Amino acid sequence: MKLFAPILLLTLVSVNAAFAQDDLLGLLEEESNKNPEPEYTYATFKAPRIINGQSVEITSKNELNFVIQHRFGEVGGGAYELWGLDQSTIRFGLEYGIFNWLNIGFGRSSYKKTYDGYLKLKFLRQQRGKHTVPVTVTAFSSMALTTLKWDQPDLPDYFSNRLSFTNQLLIARKFGNAVSVQLSPSFVHRNLVETPQDQNDVFALGVGGRVKITNRMSVNAEYFYQFDGYNKTVTFDAMAIGIDLETGGHVFQFLLTNSKGMIDPYFIADTTGDITKGGIFLGFNINRVFTLKKEEIK
Amino acid sequence: MGHKTTKTMNRKIRLLTLAMLMISSFGWSQKYFTRNADVKFFSEAPAENIEAQNRQVTCVLNTENGEIAFSVQMKGFHFEKALMEEHFNENYVESHKYPKATFAGKIMDFNKVDISKNGTYKVKVEGTMTLHGVEKQMDADGELTIKGEEIIVSSKFDMKIADYNIAIPNAVVDKIAEVIEVSLDATLTKYTKN
Repeated sequence: MKLFAPILLLTLVSVNAAFAQDDLLGLLEEESNKNPEPEYTYATFKAPRIINGQSVEITSKNELNFVIQHRFGEVGGGAYELWGLDQSTIRFGLEYGIFNWLNIGFGRSSYKKTYDGYLKLKFLRQQRGKHTVPVTVTAFSSMALTTLKWDQPDLPDYFSNRLSFTNQLLIARKFGNAVSVQLSPSFVHRNLVETPQDQNDVFALGVGGRVKITNRMSVNAEYFYQFDGYNKTVTFDAMAIGIDLETGGHVFQFLLTNSKGMIDPYFIADTTGDITKGGIFLGFNINRVFTLKKEEIK
Repeated sequence: MGHKTTKTMNRKIRLLTLAMLMISSFGWSQKYFTRNADVKFFSEAPAENIEAQNRQVTCVLNTENGEIAFSVQMKGFHFEKALMEEHFNENYVESHKYPKATFAGKIMDFNKVDISKNGTYKVKVEGTMTLHGVEKQMDADGELTIKGEEIIVSSKFDMKIADYNIAIPNAVVDKIAEVIEVSLDATLTKYTKN
């Protein structure tokens, strides 16, 4: 009992001394760990497309992304065709951020003179801190209309015969800073197919990813595996490799692919390039973002 | 007789203990804190002005000795354009590697501040700024206002981007200033650990 008071005193003195030494940054660290703010993953990919296929990224609110895409001719054309550079197909596209989670897009491809329109909706964001969400998930839904002159005399030229539809779920995770991987279960429906033996519905699984080489450059790759049953018209699984180069307002994507078509129903279900026979196309996508209305800084 | 002496001593010790306890708890309440201080920066360049704001900033002030610290969540900076925000994090401050910027220092002339009554003081702060993994000694002029139960700290100072090992590529050299202006405002209230 006699000892108790001095010991208590000593303890208090030493505890007091510890308080004095306690650094303020430690206190701040402790406070922020107690009440973590949500920390969202940004830039899983640099552009709204990994290469041909859509990525989970969408254009931000009040921003307009202008996309110019080119695919040159078959590399197999040799020197006579300057390895495909003599020919090219093009797609112009615009996509606009209505909200930070909703995009509307529109485009026109010279390939099969096709118009396409789509909605892209990001409904889950990879994050940690307050909540932990391991992946970003975006839904994509598009409609394409070919306007080629009707060349099938035995079939009626209905408007509906020119339509095809694509629905995708895009699920991506950014591992660390350099590596991102995406799975894209896809469903393509064509209202009209080449022959009665071809299937109108094609299911496919896209796998894509990128590795950053520097902060402004990455190497990308993607593959779409088709689960379809018997088709008379021979199509290949679409594949592509490319490089993303970001220069501030632009993202340049240089690529090699076996698909001439740049929109979903074409590359997922209708890729005709046989890579064993030189069916490879050189191409690029250029993304340029315009801010139509700036965010308020209070 | 001896018994009585012990009793008085015990009482004294108990009183002293009580006093120490009070001092130590008093020590606790000598800190002022906020978890949403306001940090802005402004970059003025020929081609483009860039402005950003962050409210994910904690600040603590020890009113016993004038020591002050800030911690800034880098991902908390919001810009007028979403792409700026992405590039800021991804290419410049590399917030995946360096998620926070911190400052730890001291208000040099804090002894002239009387926190028991309202008033405004011009003060000078010295300390260490850590940003993008680079530590640097710095000082800045600021203002400290006592307003009832609150202490308001504000300051405006310049930072040279190159000092913190942040490279600006030639392509955007006319869009990002070499020296950016930082301003901060923190309204601190008594810190209670809970």
